[in-house]
Amino acid sequence: MLKRVHFKHPVLPYLLVAPQLAVTLVFFIWPAGQALWQSMLVEDAFGLSTEFVWFENYLALLSDPQYLNSIKVTVVFTVSVTALGIGSGLFLASMADRVIRFATGYRTLLITPYAVAPAVAGVLWLFMFNPTVGILAYLMHGLGISWNPLVNGSDAMVMVIIAAAWKQISYNFVFFLAGLQSIPRSLIEAAAIDGAGPFRRFWTVIFPLLSPTTFFLMVVNLVYAFFETFATIHATTSGGPANATNIMVYKVYRDGFEGLDLGSSAAQSVVLMLIVIALTIIQFRYVEKRVEYGT
Amino acid sequence: MRTSKRWLAALTTTAIVGVASAAQAEPITIEFWHGLGGDTGKALEKITDGFNESQDAYQIKPVYKGNYTETMTAAISAFRAQEQPAIVQVFEVGTATMMNAEGAIYPVHQLMDDQDVAFDEDDYIPAVASYYTTTDGEMLSMPFNSSSPVMWYNKDAFEAAGLDPNQPPETWSEVAEYSRKIMDNGYECGFSIGWQSWVAIENFSAWHNSPIGTKQNGFGGLDTELVFNNDLVTRHIADLREWQQEGIFQYGGRRGESLPMFINGKCAMWLNSSAYYGGIKSQADFEFGQAFLPHYADVEDAPQNSIIGGATLWVLRGKDNEQYQGVARFFDYLSQPEVQFTWHQDTGYVPITTAAYELAQEEGYYEENPGTDTAIKQLSLNEPTPNSKGLRFGNFVQIRDVINEELEAVWSGDKSAEDALDSAVERGNQLLRKFERQNAS
Repeated sequence: MLKRVHFKHPVLPYLLVAPQLAVTLVFFIWPAGQALWQSMLVEDAFGLSTEFVWFENYLALLSDPQYLNSIKVTVVFTVSVTALGIGSGLFLASMADRVIRFATGYRTLLITPYAVAPAVAGVLWLFMFNPTVGILAYLMHGLGISWNPLVNGSDAMVMVIIAAAWKQISYNFVFFLAGLQSIPRSLIEAAAIDGAGPFRRFWTVIFPLLSPTTFFLMVVNLVYAFFETFATIHATTSGGPANATNIMVYKVYRDGFEGLDLGSSAAQSVVLMLIVIALTIIQFRYVEKRVEYGT
Repeated sequence: MRTSKRWLAALTTTAIVGVASAAQAEPITIEFWHGLGGDTGKALEKITDGFNESQDAYQIKPVYKGNYTETMTAAISAFRAQEQPAIVQVFEVGTATMMNAEGAIYPVHQLMDDQDVAFDEDDYIPAVASYYTTTDGEMLSMPFNSSSPVMWYNKDAFEAAGLDPNQPPETWSEVAEYSRKIMDNGYECGFSIGWQSWVAIENFSAWHNSPIGTKQNGFGGLDTELVFNNDLVTRHIADLREWQQEGIFQYGGRRGESLPMFINGKCAMWLNSSAYYGGIKSQADFEFGQAFLPHYADVEDAPQNSIIGGATLWVLRGKDNEQYQGVARFFDYLSQPEVQFTWHQDTGYVPITTAAYELAQEEGYYEENPGTDTAIKQLSLNEPTPNSKGLRFGNFVQIRDVINEELEAVWSGDKSAEDALDSAVERGNQLLRKFERQNAS
């Protein structure tokens, strides 16, 4: 239980939280308010003529098949990136946890991708998967797999998922490794003495103890896939082919910054904001209850 | 060191002549935002340096702002924040957006008139001038880098297949036929295309004298509608799809990403901008040529004339008169035949004035570099008709995205040519209505 503290001076507590409030106001409330205002306007690119249209931009979104497609694409993309990122991070961490020799070397190598900027990571994979000059595409053609992310939407999706998840694996790896190393060896040894094989030990002892880490990483990875993969998409597919990788954040950019349709773009960013708020609430209210934090 | 010298000079001048002339010591800086990177960007700096050295009063400062889309949106946001540059380079599809922003732009004909700098719109090549003038014939922006799509072809591949390397295909059926022969000789594909909306729809329509939209392709007003889902374009896209399945045609990306397919010798022909000349010349290790765009032999008016791409320079309002005087002088410098000729040689963009074209001919440039006049010959093949003088649709940046998406659905086999074009027109028209509403005054 937290101790209740009473301030004698009525203004002091407000003064103490004022800096935080100011930051929130300037960097969150004000821009969010502006987005809300902008989303109810129809305006030309230069802002020379403006018309207030209430919720028309939102209604237009709901009846736009491209927007509905973008929601679908976002769900597929986000879930896949999160699953692939967390799965691979966990796998690599549990492998690295057993290594004793040259452990630091392996770990450094595994952590490096995180330092790569998303756009660079995107271009890197784009080159490897490029149907004309890419090494991976060349190998796949050699194996008889037809691969062309420029034309085939699912190929493009696979490519951006790999590029986006690859960058996040390192981050997940670090947290899982730290989590694994904090698990008391005695617990695992006890399970081993009881006759549990490595696989069973992992699922019944180690994984449950990692659940706080996994939960934390899930939140971080979802937010990452939702918002920070913009540069990856921009550098690799630009949302194509035929909108197959046009995730919601990218559509906001495309409609707003390229199409200069600020009203619709603002409405989309407001929708995005609501989704993230909802996601956060759901995760902390329902998912977190199932998580065991160790003592 | 330079500054201190100049300061000293200024001090001396002040001492001798008086305070008034001190203001003359520092040249007026004029910002110029552009979207040309790499070698083309360097060629551009060569021009601004030339102007800066030609006089002392003004300094043009070129600033690279990313690709065309990024440059245009950066200028628009800067305008909204009142931090705009005096000059901004805008690509041809942004024309409608710019010309409808009446409070933001300073029309070039008016600028030159206000600043007493001689300016004759008839100096410019009609296919270029017509794209950027109002229906009253007043020029709104300064023509600068104009190009046109051409057919690049690999002469070695032609020779190997027993074809005459100096007789490139003229019709689409020849393109298919030659492609098959070339592929029998070990090449992987016949041809590829870049900037598909510009090449396979916009220029294809103009080349066959077929309308892209109503109201003279949008020149006649904002209440225009797209009509390129006609039989002719549908036939072409359906043919491309068939050739793609046969392997003759390969799609390689929305902009210039398919360039390596041509340079690596994978595809023997490539339909894209004449402005790739510099890039192809420095990278291709085979003999290449430039040829006219192919046409359908049974279409009566074909070939008509091709239309331009590239960009022009727009002047934004809100600057001092002094700056505008500098802008006017810079534009005057830009249109000099020598400057245009150098630019044409360095980049592959077409010479935009008749005088520059004549200069290039006199200098024997086209004899030494055969084919480099292909684009300009295509542009001036016939007097432009309402279907071939260009296009002016609002929100066209977005409409091109729509066209890209729909065409990609054809290449992936998800949609037929007919469905994709119908849907592109329908979605494009929605964007046109939106633009009409946003710009209703």
